[in-house]
Amino acid sequence: MSKQWYMLTIVGEDRRGIVARVTDALFNGGCNLGEASMMRLGGSFTIMLMVELERSGSELQKLLQPVARSLNLHIHVDSIEGRLHRHREPDVSITVYGADRAGIVARVTGVLAEAGLHILELESDVGGSSENPIYVMHIEGHAGEGIEALRSAMELIECDGIEVNLQPVDTMVG
Amino acid sequence: MAALEILIYPDQRLKQISQPVQQFDGELRSFVVELEQTMRSSPGGVGIAAPQVGCFQRIVIVDLSAKPKIASHGRMVLINPEILSWEGMVKGREGCMSVPDFTGNVMRAERITLGALNENGEPQEYICEGFEARAVQHEIDHLDGLLFLDRLVSRRTDLFRRKNYGSRKTA
Repeated sequence: MSKQWYMLTIVGEDRRGIVARVTDALFNGGCNLGEASMMRLGGSFTIMLMVELERSGSELQKLLQPVARSLNLHIHVDSIEGRLHRHREPDVSITVYGADRAGIVARVTGVLAEAGLHILELESDVGGSSENPIYVMHIEGHAGEGIEALRSAMELIECDGIEVNLQPVDTMVG
Repeated sequence: MAALEILIYPDQRLKQISQPVQQFDGELRSFVVELEQTMRSSPGGVGIAAPQVGCFQRIVIVDLSAKPKIASHGRMVLINPEILSWEGMVKGREGCMSVPDFTGNVMRAERITLGALNENGEPQEYICEGFEARAVQHEIDHLDGLLFLDRLVSRRTDLFRRKNYGSRKTA
């Protein structure tokens, strides 16, 4: 079998050593690691990791069985067409915040998608107090129809009492 | 004239500290021409530092004239450059000819005062802001063996900048 990339998704209750033990098992199983996003979300630890190896997805799953069992992790494997060096540069960075309420993400991303936004990365968090939670979201993306289209769209969102900061991203190459 | 070969990280020579230029002669001026040619042959490149082509002397070129929307001094040849003062810090995205296929966010001073010599050894002083200040700081870092990789800030790090919608009018 030739080398194949997989997207490995792992979720489990957060504890020290998850990354070390998972990546050690992958290394010992002859895997090559690619791009990844790993973070603690609400007490769970989450991993999205590109893994390359010369074996099937079910063998990758088997390789991780011992560590998954001992750390109580849920593991999911998808075979992907993706590969490395396919970065797409963001040209806009958007921060959104406001009192947390149902529908903010759908409203904001709906309006921005309509105005040409292609989201490359999105991170969001809920802060404030339990009684008065605030929602904070940061997006990096590509403005398919230009920055001005997004600026106009922002006004629609801001009418709803949500604060939106939009900054063009101009990458300096030196 | 052919472009010079760019050193690509993990070439450890990029981590080396460059020495001040002592001789302002024809050899220096023809090197500056070659360095500039190399910068221009790289798509989107607005700056270059001598160590990127394996010459460990304190020579930098920055030229934003290809970006007419950004206020700048145009072509600047900066020899033995020193940042004399700086103010404000701002996050911005950077890439590097010596680090292909990777860009990242870096904090830089928003406004700097810069002293340097030109290719004839004459002292110059510049006040640079924004994108140009960022380019100058990125290139001077190369002279000290630093890459933008040494200054990456977390993807999660974001600063609430003052509200600035550019063309948008406030009522």
